[in-house]
Amino acid sequence: MTTFLKSRSQRWLGLAAGIGASLVLMGCERLPVDVTQGGYRGTGMEQVVNPRTEAMKVAANQAPAALDPADEGGPKASQVYQNVQVLGDLSVAQFNRLMVAMTAWVAPEQGCAYCHNVQNFAEDSLYTKVVARRMTQMTQTVNDRWQAHVGQTGVTCYTCHRGKNLPEKRWFTEPEMQLAGRLLGNDASQNRAGVEAVANSSLPYDPYTPFLLDKSPIRVNGTTALPTGNRMSIKQTEWTYALMLHMSEGLGVNCTHCHNTRAFSSWEQSPPARVTAWYGIRMVRELNNEFIVGLTSIQPPNRLGVMGDISKVNCATCHQGVNKPLYGAQMLKAHPELSGPNALKDAMEIKAPPVPAAPSKTTGLEPSRVPAADMKQSAVILPTRVN
Amino acid sequence: MAEYQNLFTQVQVVGPLEQGIPLDRPRDTAERIGKPIHLHILGRLGNAQIGPIYLGFLGVASALAFIIGFTAIGWNYLVQVNYSPIEFIRQLFWLSVDPPPPAYGLRIPPLNEGGWWLFSGFFITLSILLWWVRMYRRAVQLKMGTHVAWAFAAAIWLYLVLGFFRPVLMGSWGEAVPFGIFSHLDWTSAFSLRYGNLFYNPFHMLSIAFLYGSVLLFAMHGATILAVSRFGGEREIEQIVDRGTASERAALFWRWTMGFNATMESIHRWAWWFAVLTCVTGGIGILLTGTVVDNWYLWAVKHGVAPAYPAIWGPVVDPATLNPQMAQ
Repeated sequence: MTTFLKSRSQRWLGLAAGIGASLVLMGCERLPVDVTQGGYRGTGMEQVVNPRTEAMKVAANQAPAALDPADEGGPKASQVYQNVQVLGDLSVAQFNRLMVAMTAWVAPEQGCAYCHNVQNFAEDSLYTKVVARRMTQMTQTVNDRWQAHVGQTGVTCYTCHRGKNLPEKRWFTEPEMQLAGRLLGNDASQNRAGVEAVANSSLPYDPYTPFLLDKSPIRVNGTTALPTGNRMSIKQTEWTYALMLHMSEGLGVNCTHCHNTRAFSSWEQSPPARVTAWYGIRMVRELNNEFIVGLTSIQPPNRLGVMGDISKVNCATCHQGVNKPLYGAQMLKAHPELSGPNALKDAMEIKAPPVPAAPSKTTGLEPSRVPAADMKQSAVILPTRVN
Repeated sequence: MAEYQNLFTQVQVVGPLEQGIPLDRPRDTAERIGKPIHLHILGRLGNAQIGPIYLGFLGVASALAFIIGFTAIGWNYLVQVNYSPIEFIRQLFWLSVDPPPPAYGLRIPPLNEGGWWLFSGFFITLSILLWWVRMYRRAVQLKMGTHVAWAFAAAIWLYLVLGFFRPVLMGSWGEAVPFGIFSHLDWTSAFSLRYGNLFYNPFHMLSIAFLYGSVLLFAMHGATILAVSRFGGEREIEQIVDRGTASERAALFWRWTMGFNATMESIHRWAWWFAVLTCVTGGIGILLTGTVVDNWYLWAVKHGVAPAYPAIWGPVVDPATLNPQMAQ
């Protein structure tokens, strides 16, 4: 070192370089990480997990102990209580057990009064009770109709709520930049620092509205080697890329969890998790459109986003950074009523709360507002060749 | 006595200030302005002399065009953060001026919907082209070869393919690269994702080979000359025609370690071609993408480039084929 850095100024230079290197490395995780090979050797199909981060996640994603089972016998809840629209087939004991569990899952601090008028439990005067009923139907629908995504593990209120009134990970539609009267400074709905949804990249900052509320096309790859009419643009690809980053962040997995990265679009080479995720996207879209958006008009203003929209579900709402929510804890087994045999019927035969359709400002976002402009391209000038 | 054993420059030779040769046209000679000075700190990195300065018409025009394009980008950044200087610095790497949405095709869009991208791109391209002409003319006037200008032209080729030739062939400015630090990196990833993995593009492969080759050659050559500079090896040009002990030792070293050696002259041709071909092949690869090849992975399968690997997971079927009602 002494011959290498001779003069005082060189030592200062060395010190400055050391400080600079520390600054650069500050954003890095401490090594080592665990790497698990998932695919055929040599294909880079690996999952990288930091055991220290993982330990914290395991601690933060524990399921609470189940309540003792309740007696199935006796009168049904619908016979004893009034205005039981969804869970009326349960025995009174079972019904009360679920109410106790739901209180612990969703409103442990406020207790029964969070949803019920304690003078008259049957009354629907509190909007939270109407929401809770609809969310119960939603949970049953997920467990009944979306086993392609949730399997036999299923979901309960706790999967998302985790003891809080509102699930921690929710989303609102991001307002587009107001361009009227501005001559410059269009951010093109992207290029913003610190957007967790897209892993702090400069990609579109609202990957949810086009894909998890609307049905914008996600697939961008062509299916032939040579051009045969696939006109998906690079900008459209950036929207899909943004959605995929949300899924990666939301599930705490690498791209290789679902894709063989040498050919992202190839299903034959994909891990089966990609199929699960495919259903997940459709499930989330249905939950938002069928169960959540309809509750917009009964929400108090402080529960709405700047666009006047209700907070909605994305992948992170259940997963919370974990590949299998709560590490696959079998909470539903202790609450079979949430996968009720009549769930499908309940969901279909609209037991929906008596609320009008949501105002257009919340659902009437142009169906594919941003990506549409990014998608359409005028014709190629080069002749399109047939493969 | 000065020594050349180190990675840092140990020696600063301070001689009389160099005015440069007189040029053919007295006007050009006269346009050199300013008395040269020595800056010690610059001497630590290269030559300590600054000046005399010659900008000329092309230089002034190029600088003006650059300032117009660059500040247009900067003002757009500033408005994106509502004129907040702190946010400007915090978000600098994320801010971007993006090309128009593809719906505009090759039409001229409103200024704030990609128009600024066209505006900035035009002036920065103009600046680059003017600077290229200037570089060419300076070399001619100094009676040098024009190697540097042609190497620069290779980089300009790649730049124009990305921002002009390919978007024009695709019929959409929206295909072009945005002006931003992270946004152009995200564009690069998206480009590869859209076109089925650019690593299967053979011209991309060539470009990478030349890029890494350039790095390797640069390291080998730089190290060799530093290693024999104690024998006068830094006088490379003299040693081309009058081979001295430095040159011979270096040559023998490589024959012993690699079995073959370049010469004091040929190593520079190697380096020049590797650098130039990085951009030339890269530009070809980009130009072919989307215009004549849509999915490089499938192209590579078709031509036996991409191998098939044993199935690990059993058949995974596209669920959209099973659930057409949910396909989108």
